Amino acid sequence: MNIVIPIKQVPETSNVKMDEETGTMKREGVESIINPLDLYAIESGIQLKEKYGGKITVITMGPPSAEKALREAIAMGCDDGVLLSGREFAGSDTWATSYTLSSAIKEMDYDLILAGERATDGDTGQVGPGIASWLDLTLSTYTSEIIEVNKYEDEDIDYTTVKADSIIVERMVEEGYEKLELPLPALLTVVKEISFPRLPTLRGKQRSREVNIPQWNLENLDMKEDYLGLNGSPTRVVNIDHPKVTRGGTLVDVRENGNVEEAVSKLVDYLKENELV
Amino acid sequence: MNYKGVWTLGEARNGELKEVSFELLSRGRKLADKLDEELISLVLGNNITEKQAEELIERGADKVYLMNDPALEDFIVENYSNVMEDLINEYKPEIILAAATTMGRTVMPYIAIKTDAGLTADCTELDIEEDTGNLLQTRPAIGGNILATIKTPNHRPQMATVRPHSTKPAEKDESRTGKIIYLELEKSLLDGRVKKLDFRKNEEDAVNIQDADVVAAGGKGLKNGDNFAMIRELASHFDGAVGASRDAVDRDWISYPYQVGLSGKTVTPKLYFAVGISGAIQHLAGMKTSENIIAINEDPDADIFKVSDFGIIGDLFEIVPELNKQLAEEVK
Repeated sequence: MNIVIPIKQVPETSNVKMDEETGTMKREGVESIINPLDLYAIESGIQLKEKYGGKITVITMGPPSAEKALREAIAMGCDDGVLLSGREFAGSDTWATSYTLSSAIKEMDYDLILAGERATDGDTGQVGPGIASWLDLTLSTYTSEIIEVNKYEDEDIDYTTVKADSIIVERMVEEGYEKLELPLPALLTVVKEISFPRLPTLRGKQRSREVNIPQWNLENLDMKEDYLGLNGSPTRVVNIDHPKVTRGGTLVDVRENGNVEEAVSKLVDYLKENELV
Repeated sequence: MNYKGVWTLGEARNGELKEVSFELLSRGRKLADKLDEELISLVLGNNITEKQAEELIERGADKVYLMNDPALEDFIVENYSNVMEDLINEYKPEIILAAATTMGRTVMPYIAIKTDAGLTADCTELDIEEDTGNLLQTRPAIGGNILATIKTPNHRPQMATVRPHSTKPAEKDESRTGKIIYLELEKSLLDGRVKKLDFRKNEEDAVNIQDADVVAAGGKGLKNGDNFAMIRELASHFDGAVGASRDAVDRDWISYPYQVGLSGKTVTPKLYFAVGISGAIQHLAGMKTSENIIAINEDPDADIFKVSDFGIIGDLFEIVPELNKQLAEEVK
């Protein structure tokens, strides 16, 4: 079973600084990491590979430095990496991003695409379903468990040599969990509950340094130029505001022999005043 | 561009309209009035009644497009997407709003690709730009650190998912009139490849925390999973839901569906209690837009106090039982 995992390099969110003038993120001095939710996709992919064989390709769109994220994923146990990098991709929204990634993925031999439910910087969750739509794949979002991989005709199948027909998963919705069967090829976006990401191994790290990572862009991929980057993006960011974080609420300190009963009574008064009780 | 009308995508489960459908109507009504266009509510489901469709009109819709089919009983993304794509191509709406739920956040990006539409996720404010009539969509990004306003200048429809509970449901006005249109579409649109095999409901007290008006959440400060009992008790005074920080979930004190934050759920209740939660940016991103935030923590420098409307610095094991006691008396 061959798996493709689109990942995103994101800034470590707890250290994000904004440039007040331009309204953009200051990336200098901020550590770049693999989007934390993508780690669950990577781990799930490695577990499927261990069970059914096959190959995992990680792919990312970003600046040349995003290659680091691909090598980190390879150190965990992925096989190959592809970097989509070029000026023509700059300013892509989720529509253009999913077009670009799907243009590259369609050149690959795959049964399954695994993606994190969303990235911690953009926080849209739209690129995964977008790729499924471009490639006309079956889709399960918020996937919390991969239950089994099925071959319709034969029960005793060797998945290392034969393609599977469908995958059975559970997905988390508001009221509970849906169990779905998706014919392959499929795209799953996954949530944290699906797996616990492993650390890179020493051997993996060594291999990750040696793997050749090709760089793809408009020059060597079949893509429509007017679907790319800012020009190809239907949406435009027109304003960035910095919401006031501090609410300046009431604060009562009861640490040093404070009167807990009195503090709580003030809180209950607050709830009553605001018609919350 | 010959696109007209504001659409909201109603949500139904088991033949019942979800409240978020009415929240979308209050968003949509405002936009439709500014544009002087019709507000249309689209509902796909099975066994949705005329009475329910009428309720959508009473709450602001000028028209309801209703399609009932057994294949729409469950949310299968391809079926919903096929039907909506067909309707969009036929009726050419200018704006489509859906809720930022597991359904809206799945079907909208799928359709946006098929229809070359611009889509903005999880909006908390929507408005119409004065001169151009473009939809202005505002959403928190980068862990809630910024509010980005986004528009779609050259593509139609303009699509947005809207954060549940970020506005009040539209009021009922029984004097309002409108038209219900029963859609008859080709069966071939409903041939989605995905099959739903089963459904497992959440455990009893895991009420949908995104629907709750009150959420009481616990974190690392609780020291162990048994102490969630007092958080449950706190929530029970309000018929509210229990939530948790990532720290508590990672320690297996409580299961993942309760997790609030960037890698869990986003909630916007009227009242949010953060107990023993320090307020990491990832947690704040999931609850910062709550109307009232109450924080209880022993660390005076905890970031949670920055976003709280009322905070008590001290030992939660003294404060929460006292709070439960006083609330019990209050309810009596």
